[in-house]
Formats: sequence, C-alpha cells, structure tokens
Amino acid sequence: MQIVHVKPLMPPGHVRTPAYLRGKVGVIERSLGVFPNPEDLAYGVTASALPLHRVRFTMADVWGANAENPNDTLDAEIYEHWLEPADAT
Amino acid sequence: MTKQQIPLPARRWHDMGGDTAGPIPMDQRPDADHDFALWEKRVDALMILGSAKGFFIVDGLRRVLEDLGEEAFETMTYYERWIMAVNQNLIEGGAYTTADLAAKMADVTARGDTYGDAAAPVK
Repeated sequence: MQIVHVKPLMPPGHVRTPAYLRGKVGVIERSLGVFPNPEDLAYGVTASALPLHRVRFTMADVWGANAENPNDTLDAEIYEHWLEPADAT
Repeated sequence: MTKQQIPLPARRWHDMGGDTAGPIPMDQRPDADHDFALWEKRVDALMILGSAKGFFIVDGLRRVLEDLGEEAFETMTYYERWIMAVNQNLIEGGAYTTADLAAKMADVTARGDTYGDAAAPVK
C-alpha cells in the first residue's frame, strides 16, 4: 500500500483537490486509470491525461485529535499531480 | 487615496469540506412542492444542447459557478446561477458574442413582461 502526501498547495482557480485534504497523508486504495485534467478542461485548454487515484484517509489523518471516530476512513479521488510519496516531505 | 491590498484566498468559498454545516433548508429540497418554471426548463435544455454541440463541458460550467462567488450562491436560485454559467461558456465557446446577446435580449424584452410565463403542462 503506497503512502502518499497530498501537496499542501493553495493555487487560485478551478482546483479539484479539497482544501481540507491538502497537506494530509493517506494511502492509495486503488488507481483508476488516466483522465483529462479537469483543472485544464475548465478553461477550455488542451488537457493532459493524468492518473487518477482513490486515496484513503483516516479521520485521524484528516482531523487529528479532533476526530470523533479516528479509525473511520474517507476516500477521495485525487489526480497524481497533487500527490507525492509520503517520505518526500 | 491608497490602493487596498486584497488578500488572495488560500481556499475558495465553494470548497466547503470541514465547514460547520448548520441547518438544512428543507423548503429548498428538489422534491419541495413546486414545479419548474418554463424559463428554468429552457435553461436546462440550453445546457444540454450547448453541451451536445461541443461548446462546453461540465468542468467549464463548474468553473463559472465557482467564479460567481459566495454571494451569488446565497442570493441567486439554482437556475439563475446555471444560466450565468451556460451563457459565459457559450460566449467563450464562440456560439455568439455579447453584442449578439444584447440585441437578442432587447428583442425579447420588447415582447412584453408576460413573455415566457406560459406554464408548460406537467406530465
């Protein structure tokens, strides 16, 4: 199971990665194939096809000590350009 | 007079995950007791036609809805927001120009206040 870190970037514009997941660490639950990048499609420019991954987070991963049920999980589909190996930071 | 520095938001208004939700307005449910107005059905039709003709895709529509900002989300109805998004994408896609739109709006306005009020039969 690959551990990934969601890049903690905050660019303006049509971004599909929720802010509350940026900077968090999860695991790739499965990879879903490649899809045109909606961040480009939204502006009508040619979009590169990027791998999309289903990333699983625990509530403890996301909310830390505030998590009511720390072991509950949350899956989010995130494009590869938002992810980096967790040991890279 | 000094220019005011407007801070760039780190997180945009529509990105609501983690916010306190508050009460759910039950009168605005899709199954609430109202039919769609004719103009609302036309907005839906225009969205489908414009998409089928290749003028825009869903990401472009969402981008305009997000760019409308939080106040629009609080004050405009669903189809009022949709026609803003469809229109801007049709202009960007080259379906017509703002000048074309202005002339057409003047034509339609000249037809009178009740134009477009006709109730479509509900099946």
